[in-house]
Amino acid sequence: MLHLAVHELLLLLLPPLLLGVIGKTKAAFAGRTGPPLLQPYYDLVRLFQKGSVFSSTTTWVFRAGPAVGLAAALLAGQLVPLGRHAAPVSFPGDVILFVYLFALARFTITAAALDTGSAFEGMGAAREASFGSLAEPALLFGLLALARLAGAFSLGAMLHDPWGAGRLARGPSLVLIAASWSLVFLAENCRLPFDDPNTHLELTMIHEVMVLDHSGPAFGVILYSAAMKLFVLGALLLHVLSPLGGSEPWVDWAVFVAGMLLLAVAIGVVESVMARLRLARVPQALVTASVLSAFGMLLLVR
Amino acid sequence: MSARLVLLAALLQALSGLPAIFAGRTRRDRRTGRRDRPAVRTAELASAALAGLGSGVGLVALGGFLAGAGGAPVSLAWGLPGARLDVAVDGLSALFLLPLFVVSGLGAVYATAYWSPARHPRSAPALRGFYGLTTGAMAVVLVARNALLFLAAWEVMALGAYFLVTAERHRPKVRAAGWLYLVATHSGTLALLALFAQLARLHGGSFELAPFPPGLAGTAAGGLVFALALVGFGLKAGILPLHVWLPGAHAAAPSHVSALMSGVVLKMGIYGLVRVLTLFPDPPLAWGLTLLAVGAVSGVLGVAFALGQHDLKRLLAYHSIENIGIIVLGLGLGFAGRTLGQPALVVLGFGGALLHVVNHALFKGLLFLGAGAVLHATGTREMDRMGGLLKRLPWTAATFLVGAVAICGLPPLNGFVSEWLLYLGFLRWTAGSGPGGLTLAAAGAAATLALIGGLALTCFVKAFGAVFLGQPRTNRDEHGRTREAGAMIAPMVALALLCAAIGLAPWAVAPLVDQALRAVGAAGRLAQTAPLGVLGGAQLAVAAAVGLAAWGLSRLVRRGQRQERAATRPTIGGVGTWDCGYAAPTPRMQYTSSSFASWSVGFFHWVLQPRVSAPRLSRQPFPKTARFHGEVPDTVLDRLLLPAFRGGAWLLSWARLLQRGHMQLYLLYLVLVLLFLLSRV
Repeated sequence: MLHLAVHELLLLLLPPLLLGVIGKTKAAFAGRTGPPLLQPYYDLVRLFQKGSVFSSTTTWVFRAGPAVGLAAALLAGQLVPLGRHAAPVSFPGDVILFVYLFALARFTITAAALDTGSAFEGMGAAREASFGSLAEPALLFGLLALARLAGAFSLGAMLHDPWGAGRLARGPSLVLIAASWSLVFLAENCRLPFDDPNTHLELTMIHEVMVLDHSGPAFGVILYSAAMKLFVLGALLLHVLSPLGGSEPWVDWAVFVAGMLLLAVAIGVVESVMARLRLARVPQALVTASVLSAFGMLLLVR
Repeated sequence: MSARLVLLAALLQALSGLPAIFAGRTRRDRRTGRRDRPAVRTAELASAALAGLGSGVGLVALGGFLAGAGGAPVSLAWGLPGARLDVAVDGLSALFLLPLFVVSGLGAVYATAYWSPARHPRSAPALRGFYGLTTGAMAVVLVARNALLFLAAWEVMALGAYFLVTAERHRPKVRAAGWLYLVATHSGTLALLALFAQLARLHGGSFELAPFPPGLAGTAAGGLVFALALVGFGLKAGILPLHVWLPGAHAAAPSHVSALMSGVVLKMGIYGLVRVLTLFPDPPLAWGLTLLAVGAVSGVLGVAFALGQHDLKRLLAYHSIENIGIIVLGLGLGFAGRTLGQPALVVLGFGGALLHVVNHALFKGLLFLGAGAVLHATGTREMDRMGGLLKRLPWTAATFLVGAVAICGLPPLNGFVSEWLLYLGFLRWTAGSGPGGLTLAAAGAAATLALIGGLALTCFVKAFGAVFLGQPRTNRDEHGRTREAGAMIAPMVALALLCAAIGLAPWAVAPLVDQALRAVGAAGRLAQTAPLGVLGGAQLAVAAAVGLAAWGLSRLVRRGQRQERAATRPTIGGVGTWDCGYAAPTPRMQYTSSSFASWSVGFFHWVLQPRVSAPRLSRQPFPKTARFHGEVPDTVLDRLLLPAFRGGAWLLSWARLLQRGHMQLYLLYLVLVLLFLLSRV
């Protein structure tokens, strides 16, 4: 029960901190002081207290988009185990629900973008939907491989220590999956080199241009659920990235939080040293991710 | 009892058009030549009521069947040699009968407003007649246990559907689509004739559709049966590349007919495939793998073609091909599981596929009815001319959105349940200790399903967005009617509720699927193989979380606005979209459906071969008017079949050398043939 509470608290409270860590890392690379670590929290609180402006073009679809996005991220967070602890909800086949919850969020967010009737947002929605459909096979190949490794079909069982017994045999395929999922992770969360979360007004943006017209609490919810998505997918990625884990439950929580913060630092480093891909290269990178995780699956079969 | 009731329902359906037809004929004023409107209207309603009654009787029969009152099959003598009127309801029939009765009944109600005799005095009565006839024939197809009865009902259905498709015969495009459909369906019947002849040969001359002993499926005769069934039934189901008739016919038909065609008529192909192939208890592995490959190709290319369409109904038609692909993927999983001796795979594969049959009938029926309502209001099927219809057609938009979410296989609706079952099957197969190549096939199939899902999502965001969201792109729709007719809304709401019900309570349909599984010889029950109850709970949680989040967000928004008002800042009202500060955006600047899909169409450029005529922009300071046009034609029809037919026509044209039109020459031919024949005696 206690660990369940810790799970929920981490899921609700930690995500904005990751954004803060990423910001600090980038600032350090650029030789700036940067905004305070807790700046994303301040932003959210301020946004939640603001009024909203709704374009007269928009309808309830526009207002439903952020709500569904938040609900999907919250529910996905119930399915993924954090560290070596059990996930709050786990049943055979929940892994498919996990993948499709993000698809549901994509549907509503892109529909909300089209509701504004703006060419900018249409552009972003088209890219988000098209690239998202390419990321799905990559994610699924990896999940299939993990299901084969664990012999189970619930996210909790599949992610419980995939690096366990037989590291030598599993290693190569897990490394491939980790590489593939890292690409998917960056693409799905709109980070460099796929998308630049810092700029709005460029024709090459994907996610940020979709949410141009949201304001006030709705925009706050969008930022918050984006951070939560980063957190949830990061927790998923962490399981295949690192074989580390604490033997004691509380040590394990600490290891997990440290791992997530390190992941945020890594994102910051990637964003500081890499340029954005040309837009036409994005699909190619995502297909590469699919091929990598397909190879990961292939190595397991033999 | 069930069998008799189903026959009664079929009869009621088949006769349901009569009142409308006779009212259309008799009650005509001699002097003015006008028909008596109230009588026509009454007759129309009587027809609809008769069809609804037929559906009701059918549903009662299904209820009785599920409650265990299956009853004895009906068997009557028939004059034809080898034919008997053998009729029986089993689980498989029941599963296909359910969407048939639901969709056709609701379609009959919808038609009272959509295709009323007042607006279509010439075609409406005939359409009623053929609609009922086709429905009744399908019910007979589903309960027939004799190959000849099956074929006879099949032909009535196929021909009835032809007249349904060509309701607007005065349009050349409709005639062309009807002609293509007729060619395709008769090619299919040809294959079916051969198929049933082969089955009868294997049965020792009996036309009964009875199971075969083990050992036959792997032989050459069994392989022939498989190939003929795949072609004959595949043509009806619209499996790629046998789908060429489908987009045109669905687009040309009136929308409630499209709903029936896509939701139910296509499924007759799936029914035939399952019925015939499960007569063999030991299918070879090649059957399952072929079905997997065929399903994957149909699924991916179906949705790829759909992405390229900007005709709303053609788009939906291509999605039918995609969903048939998903169903065939599931059948492949089931057959492969049977060969590998894994009952869980059989249950998940067949269970998922058959549940998807029901689900697809519900949400595709809903989407086509929605497309009809849009067509009714705007007078066009071009999505790039629409936009902003949500405000004019709120009910249509809301139900269409339900259908769109369901068809993308998203939680918490019914499409997710059937796709989840298939995923679970592929996961089991992948995790099992089978041979490596097969494991990879299963993993590939699962990833294909994910790709199909992602692309379908893109396509339906595009369709929903282009039609209902944003601002109207043309003024044309101002001429259309704005009021949504209750008779059109009610069927759509009913279908949307059914989609939600199966999504939120998937365990409720498990008995129906279990009966069908027993009929195809699968040992095991759906609820024991897959945690349907837990899934239902999870789906409810999704729905509840979405509702809660929406409620919470609206509270926050309202509070923020109150605070702004309290701070005496002027509340901003009636503003336009910000659009990065651009001051004068026009509706024509919105992203169109074509531009939305251009990325995804680009991924499949190699097979879609889009035709684009782009303007060359002049470098002068004042550019001239320019036009852009792009379309994705059906590659299989345009690049493969039509050239093949043209080549065939060219080859046959050489036969004209013999035909000179001289009587003497023909007499010479006769003499030569006679001489040849006599020389052989």
